[in-house]
Amino acid sequence: MKRAILVLEDGTVFEGIGFGAGGEAFGEVVFNTSITGYQEIITDPSYCGQIVTMTYPLIGNYGVNEEDIESARPFLSGFVVKELSAIYSNWRATQTLDEYLKKYNIVGIQGIDTRALTRHLRLQGAMQGVISSEDFNLEALVKKVKESPHLVGVDLVKDVTCKEPYDWDGGLRTTDYGRYNVIVLDCGVKYNILRNLAKAGCKVRVVSATTTAEEILKLKPDGVLLSNGPGDPAAVTYVIKTATNLIGKIPIFGICLGHQMLGLALGGKTFKLKFGHHGGNHPVKDLKTGRVAITSQNHGFNVDIPSIPRKDIIMTYVNLYDNTAEGLECKKLKLFSVQYHPEAGPGPHDAEYLFGKFTEIMKKNAQKD
Amino acid sequence: MPKRTDIHKILIIGSGPIIIGQACEFDYSGTQACKALKEEGFKVILVNSNPATIMTDPEMADRTYIEPVTPEMLEKIIKRERPDALLPTLGGQTGLNVSMQLAERGILDKYKVQMIGADRRAIKKAEDRKLFKKAMQKIGLDLPESGLAYNMNEARKVANKIGFPIIIRPSFTLGGTGGGTAYTREELEVLALRGLNSSMISEILIEESVIGWKEYELEVMRDKKDNVVVICSIENFDPMGVHTGDSITVAPAQTLTDREYQKMRDAAIACIREIGVETGGSNIQFALNPDNGQMVVIEMNPRVSRSSALASKATGFPIAKIAAKLAVGYTLDELPNDITKVTPASFEPTIDYCVVKIPRFAFEKFPAADPTLGIQMKSVGETMAIGRTFKEALQKGVRGLEIKRNGFEGIKYKDKAELEANLKRPNSERLFYLYSALKDGYSLDKLYELTKIDRWFLQNLKEIVEFEAKISEDNLLCAKQLGFSDRQIAKVLNCEEDRVRGLRKKQNVKPVYKLVDTCAAEFEAFTPYYYSTYETPFKKIGETSPTSVWRGGQGTENTEDEVRKTGKKKIMILGGGPNRIGQGIEFDYCCVHASFALKELGLETIMVNSNPETVSTDYDTSDKLYFEPVTLEDVLNIIDKEKPDGVIVQLGGQTPLNLALGLEKSGVKIVGTTPDAIDRAEDRKRFAELVEKLGLIQPPGGTAVTVEEAKRIAAKIGYPVLVRPSYVLGGRAMEIVYDDKSLEYYIGNAVWASPERPVLVDKFIEEAVEVDVDMIADGETFCIGGILEHIEEAGVHSGDAAMVLPPHTLSESTINKIRHYTFCLARELKVVGLMNVQYAVKNSTVYILEVNPRASRTVPFVSKAIGVPLAKLAAKVMVGKKLKDLGFTKEIIPKHICVKESVLPFIKFPGVDITLGPEMKSTGEVMGIDSEFGRAYCKSQLAAGQNLPVKGTVFISVKDSDKKPIVAETAKKLKSLNFKIFSTVGTAKFLADNKIKVRTIQRVSDGSPNLLDLIREGKIHLIINTPSGKIPRQDEIKIRSSAVAFGVPVVTTLPGANACVTGIEALVKGKLEVKPIQEYHK
Repeated sequence: MKRAILVLEDGTVFEGIGFGAGGEAFGEVVFNTSITGYQEIITDPSYCGQIVTMTYPLIGNYGVNEEDIESARPFLSGFVVKELSAIYSNWRATQTLDEYLKKYNIVGIQGIDTRALTRHLRLQGAMQGVISSEDFNLEALVKKVKESPHLVGVDLVKDVTCKEPYDWDGGLRTTDYGRYNVIVLDCGVKYNILRNLAKAGCKVRVVSATTTAEEILKLKPDGVLLSNGPGDPAAVTYVIKTATNLIGKIPIFGICLGHQMLGLALGGKTFKLKFGHHGGNHPVKDLKTGRVAITSQNHGFNVDIPSIPRKDIIMTYVNLYDNTAEGLECKKLKLFSVQYHPEAGPGPHDAEYLFGKFTEIMKKNAQKD
Repeated sequence: MPKRTDIHKILIIGSGPIIIGQACEFDYSGTQACKALKEEGFKVILVNSNPATIMTDPEMADRTYIEPVTPEMLEKIIKRERPDALLPTLGGQTGLNVSMQLAERGILDKYKVQMIGADRRAIKKAEDRKLFKKAMQKIGLDLPESGLAYNMNEARKVANKIGFPIIIRPSFTLGGTGGGTAYTREELEVLALRGLNSSMISEILIEESVIGWKEYELEVMRDKKDNVVVICSIENFDPMGVHTGDSITVAPAQTLTDREYQKMRDAAIACIREIGVETGGSNIQFALNPDNGQMVVIEMNPRVSRSSALASKATGFPIAKIAAKLAVGYTLDELPNDITKVTPASFEPTIDYCVVKIPRFAFEKFPAADPTLGIQMKSVGETMAIGRTFKEALQKGVRGLEIKRNGFEGIKYKDKAELEANLKRPNSERLFYLYSALKDGYSLDKLYELTKIDRWFLQNLKEIVEFEAKISEDNLLCAKQLGFSDRQIAKVLNCEEDRVRGLRKKQNVKPVYKLVDTCAAEFEAFTPYYYSTYETPFKKIGETSPTSVWRGGQGTENTEDEVRKTGKKKIMILGGGPNRIGQGIEFDYCCVHASFALKELGLETIMVNSNPETVSTDYDTSDKLYFEPVTLEDVLNIIDKEKPDGVIVQLGGQTPLNLALGLEKSGVKIVGTTPDAIDRAEDRKRFAELVEKLGLIQPPGGTAVTVEEAKRIAAKIGYPVLVRPSYVLGGRAMEIVYDDKSLEYYIGNAVWASPERPVLVDKFIEEAVEVDVDMIADGETFCIGGILEHIEEAGVHSGDAAMVLPPHTLSESTINKIRHYTFCLARELKVVGLMNVQYAVKNSTVYILEVNPRASRTVPFVSKAIGVPLAKLAAKVMVGKKLKDLGFTKEIIPKHICVKESVLPFIKFPGVDITLGPEMKSTGEVMGIDSEFGRAYCKSQLAAGQNLPVKGTVFISVKDSDKKPIVAETAKKLKSLNFKIFSTVGTAKFLADNKIKVRTIQRVSDGSPNLLDLIREGKIHLIINTPSGKIPRQDEIKIRSSAVAFGVPVVTTLPGANACVTGIEALVKGKLEVKPIQEYHK
């Protein structure tokens, strides 16, 4: 057992036991309230630059398998749990979480009071921190934490987007496959978005976040999906520009960061939430039907929808926990976006129908042409 | 959608008496529903025959009918009350079945009552195996292969097609009654027949066995707008093959990936939609093949269930309350989450701890019962524990069970064969065999092969066992984090529990209390619902204090504790832990009342209990709830934290009472009767002194530690004698012994007397009338609550006896004597609170049998009979109020008659003799209330499931010593009521001698056709059969046991038979009428 500590920028120190890789890992410390789905969370590129604390205390029970990945590798900075399971027990598992994190050089810490940490973050807000299994000089660590790059104003998308475009051919294909050509602007896309698009009948091509609107339109897609991704949306100016140039020309579906990109492209503002939404149990109300979906969420920023100057932009969904906006739509511009994750992975499948909605819009648009 | 305005009056049906498979969880759900609906301004009509429930308190509903829960009585109530709607989903399987009968008989249509929540179609679809299978196939869900059978021929055919082993599930039963697993053709013959007989519609499902698969449950809720949420997932420690009520279960599911969990969630949601439960909660069970993840649906309950009570306590989400509100039109997003206040109920709770539920069994009460666990539920209660890890929760759970275990421990076994057999065959001690096997070095793979318990659970057990060997004074925090109790640690360190406690405190190893908040700390929680855990400290750089123990030397170390303290005066109430035979819902009722009463006085109430089924562990009941084992260590820890002004131990039964001396020794203030007075009543020697001092009479007796000594005492006082171990509960191992030989056997084999465990030998007063008295005192005023006369003669445990209030055969002078003795005892013991005294009356001599200076099992019954909440008053006098000021100073003798009848679990233990004795065996009770004895008795029998006949054939067979005029009289009366009488030779001769014509039938042992055939053919309608001695003949057991299986009422005592006939007389004379409790006490 090797010693490890978690130090927050306000000087709070948790002593625990290291697992995964050793070393020092800096990032914004956030908590995720999902009981299941640690493998998906670890491989979700949106966590780039963050240290994730699982509020559920028993982690690693079902190990790590080959299929439940949301990207090629983990992107988060560090991983915090109460108790790491010594063994795994599941018919699909191929290795322990400890082995997996070692392989990808992710620093983990276990044995700390994760509930106390979560409450601290809830009350004080998300803050920068470090997991260290090397340097135990507390004052020095706090100083390093303060100097480490924070999230606000930083473009993390460039770190996670694909370098080369590729066609998605994995998973969940249906007989409908290929009816719509969809370009996914990869700001850190989760595989489950691609799987769901494929399942809804889309032929999916994933392109780098730096791809311009002209380059995209040249590919003559039926629609564009602006993906999820890490960090501060306002810092990703090139994607905002791309979105601005696509709006009105082609059906657009934005998810999470993609939703924020649309909001900014439409002239609205975004702001940082105190401790963000990270979990799989958030109720989101459809303002049109009044029905509630239980959704997967992972965002630290939010779109201030009233700040959008266009009058024909409507707010479509609201989070019933804190009444923040969860979606927008403009029929005329053939675009809609949601702040939450309809692709789940991890989380409930209640909002999966949105992928069908996207293909419907593409279908109607094609008929008009 | 706001609440419906087209309905005003709602009928709620309770679940009746506590039985195996249907316990106080339905009082919890029903009480929540009543409160929720009243809060919304609806008129609530409640029906439940169980007086020991909070829901039947007169203020819980507008009209409360303590009447039998049968369609006939319900029709009368509906006719009288004309409700607009019936909510059928909160009263367990009983409530659901009766609702269905009302619907099917057209009664609901006739009186224009609509079912809300789930309608007839949905209930039928979920309950009818054929329709359920079709529905699941329609939505693409797999089920185990199966076929229906309506007779034995069909059963054989289906079984041959599927192949053994197979599961037999009767339709429309609860707790798996009548179900079983057949491994062979021979077993099929027995089990299929039993199943056909126990099904309401004589239908069984024969199903492919998925024994050994992983078992899961999801608790689902749906509203009118079709919003569906999953409240909780549960994974069973014991794999498929053990009824979930008998399994150790864990929340949330531990070994499913998100993909697998979401697939199950999707299936559950599809299931509730397809079945069509419009609003409310449902429970859906799944089995998963551990090798490839293949998932099948096992069953669905279209109502709140035991699991939903567990899920509510495990998550803080009040399923029953929300279900009631959804039923009247609200949607989930319109209702607030009580715990966070700011967020709505339309969410899925997420938890940041681990919950373990462990069932409590009572096989020691039924030595002849098969202790193998299968698909028919056998446990009588359960305890739940919350910890930050599975290991911690499991150990807390085990010590909360109160089976004299301090945590995860081992069991003695003879050889490997015995050990492995007990690992392979599910049984109530399997967990402890697992400990022993791990200790003996069994590998996880081997244990998995034997038990099919998931390796993840086994690994956790292994970690506990491995750490135990390493426990030292230097790793106490680690030990506590793994859930070890101070006693377990003391055993390893070879010292006293006290010393470990001291060491811990010195090292600052103290528990912290965390909140159950539905949201894993994402939002602030307002409801103070706590559990203990031992957390690793953390610190803030730069802050220092004198208590700093941080290893790094800089800053102050802290553990986070979420207990919010107020400046209010506070009283702690200790609950009774898991239900068991002898300590059930009655005590929880008293604790809940105490909490309500003290709140009325403006005091802060703190409840400590570990039973998830109860109203006391509803976070709404007390100001603070600590969901903790009721052990000395755990209670003292909470006291250290809360520093209450007083602790109440006399209301939760024997469990808290046993802690009284230990608590007092630690300086805790016990309010009410002093622990010393309690000890004077409980300690045999001190009790004898007390009786002598007051000049009262006790049956002669003595204490023995050897066989010889016991025989000497018996010789002196004369047989028969009542023998029992000292300090027992529920008459545990108590027996009446008639000769030296039986005495030798008893002491040598049954209890193993020793100097540490002496045996009490008392003269047994034969043919005496037993009397129970409940009284209340404040130190100045002494007042009788009620005097209850037992219907059965002395010798039947008071928990099993039928009783009548007011007494119906005792003379006024005897009653006055009883009153006088009771007051003398109370005055001498300086009782403050409740006291129960048991007397035996013979030839106007009044013997004292027992004094319990605490709440008794009969307090709720008496309270309902006289219309005064005794437990509430008791709580108030314990904190210093005077009865005079509370307005209760004079005994109330009601004009109506109340009969308490016990309900026995024999249907779950086929082949076990059903006769009553000094050892308590009943699980619950009912109340019959009417203007005269016959009718009240009738109602009590009806409520207890004994259908007294008004015509037909009665079988009478009594032992020789019972061949007395009373039998002849009983038979004569039956004759005059036009019953036919069948008897065996001896009894027939006796009756013939008394000029009563009966038909003689041959003994069972003489071959067919005999009584068993007649029972099977439905030709016998009542059986009066008194046992022929201590060791009854095999054929008697067969008769009584098959009567139970076929639902024929059986009476095993003469006074019981006499009461029965009086009841039948009343029934013949006129139909039973109904009347709400509110009208009795106008």
